[in-house]
Amino acid sequence: MLELNNISKTFYPGTVNAKTALNKLSLKLNAGDFVTVIGGNGAGKSTMLGAIAGNVQVDSGSIIIDGQDVTRLPEYKRAAFLGRVFQDPMMGTAPTMQIEENLALAARRGQKRGLRWGITKTEREDYRELLKTLELGLEDRMTSKVGLLSGGQRQALTLLMAALKQPKLLLLDEHTAALDPKTAAKVLELSDRIVEENSLTTLMITHNMKDAIAHGNRLIMMDAGRVVLDIAGEDKKKLTVADLLALFSEASGSDEANDKLLLG
Amino acid sequence: MNFFASLLNSLPGAAAQGLIWGLMAIGVYLTFRVLEVSDLTVDGSIALGGAVCVMLIRGGMNPWLAMILTFISGMLAGLVTGMLHTRCGIPAILSGILTQLALYSINLRVLGNKANQAVGVDKYPLLVSQRYVRELSLRNPLPLLLLLCAVLILILYWFFGTEKGSGIRATGANAAMARAQGINTDGNIVLGLMISNGLVAFAGGLLAQFQGAADVGMGKGAIVIGLAAVIIGEVIFGKLFINFGLKLSAVVVGAVVYYLVLQVVLQLGLNTNDLKLVSACIVAVFLAVPYWKANARKKEKSNA
Repeated sequence: MLELNNISKTFYPGTVNAKTALNKLSLKLNAGDFVTVIGGNGAGKSTMLGAIAGNVQVDSGSIIIDGQDVTRLPEYKRAAFLGRVFQDPMMGTAPTMQIEENLALAARRGQKRGLRWGITKTEREDYRELLKTLELGLEDRMTSKVGLLSGGQRQALTLLMAALKQPKLLLLDEHTAALDPKTAAKVLELSDRIVEENSLTTLMITHNMKDAIAHGNRLIMMDAGRVVLDIAGEDKKKLTVADLLALFSEASGSDEANDKLLLG
Repeated sequence: MNFFASLLNSLPGAAAQGLIWGLMAIGVYLTFRVLEVSDLTVDGSIALGGAVCVMLIRGGMNPWLAMILTFISGMLAGLVTGMLHTRCGIPAILSGILTQLALYSINLRVLGNKANQAVGVDKYPLLVSQRYVRELSLRNPLPLLLLLCAVLILILYWFFGTEKGSGIRATGANAAMARAQGINTDGNIVLGLMISNGLVAFAGGLLAQFQGAADVGMGKGAIVIGLAAVIIGEVIFGKLFINFGLKLSAVVVGAVVYYLVLQVVLQLGLNTNDLKLVSACIVAVFLAVPYWKANARKKEKSNA
């Protein structure tokens, strides 16, 4: 479903601030994979997601989604393949627009936007049913501005929007990091449900190693712009946090890495 | 003449000016509030509209057709600003200033290398003219101006409710989100600037006809008047008008109020030379008040 072939990215090349964020990274995701991604600060997790989504242009290598080379495609064209939820709850929705308008915008992802009315009656009914599944009461506030919602509500709405058009790939970029623990757990639960119901291929970055182990069928660890660990299936199920820390020190060749991963 | 008589006398003219500037202010609203882009092209595009309209009518063109071409001339100005911003990476505010500066030379050329050109209502079939503004007849410009405002607001209301228009609103509300939903934000910014400057030029064309002349300097400070109209409209109707069409109407009312108040102040003896200073101060205060209010609220919170 997704193929990253030797992608590299250096920020501020040729200056003292040069920073290699991705270093010949290769990764292949099969259809239906739910991959959790961990790694310390600056390991390149977010840059990788940015490279896939198109808000980061890679220096070399190729990115293939569902057999199509998208390496040179601008961000808004790649959106046709992708569903995205960001770390910042403010980023995934348009605050000054209504809940139903936000959903209607997402429903037209990958389509030509013409001079038809922006939202139809049948759509509204569909959205009402869809919002009911969140059990947040949003189905009664469909014409409220999204800016009035809490962070957790906004992330839940963004998840719905991301899954609305059956994306080839769902990208979750630490989408619970800015939420309080209780809300974070709820949003994670919702993510699991949405991924399962739509059998979405998913990449989820997280800072929480427990979450990384508990969710998905495959786990990758990143360090210095490449994948240093890739565990799937039964092996992943048996993992513990202690195992992960040990594996990480081994892979990155330093004990300091422990702190880096924990604090990162 | 006593104070009230002369004030009453000047009100119809002020209302007509307000309606024309209201159309212009809708253009400002579209960039400033919908796209969240500060576009300074407008000072140039209002004069461009005036110049193009006057020269076409002087050349014998039907005034309605001239107005359509005037609209298109403004759209081209917006296109230039949009391209400078999205394709050349120049900040929006600077792109607008560059286009505005360039337009000064272009407008002089359009006007045949003169600073102004007259278009008399005796010689040409103008749509609106100051001369009839106090007359109770079909020549009075007020009904037509009201109708134009209503029709343009309806068209804009429809357009910004369509899929394309919703995409433009999303671009202004949250560009990152818009791109993630497959919306071409750069394209939408260019389109928004074109519509905005088209409207502004259209208003410029009306203004030139109303005054009976186009002047290369007629756009000076237009952005401030446009902002004043937007802000006055929001202060009066902000809490009341949620609907997009009503918000646009509020902008027009804001412009009319601006000109009515201006007339009163002028009748009270304000020197016309001080007008721009007073306008700038009023707009600065109205822009600052929400900021101060937010700061005060923050302080309260941190004290609590």
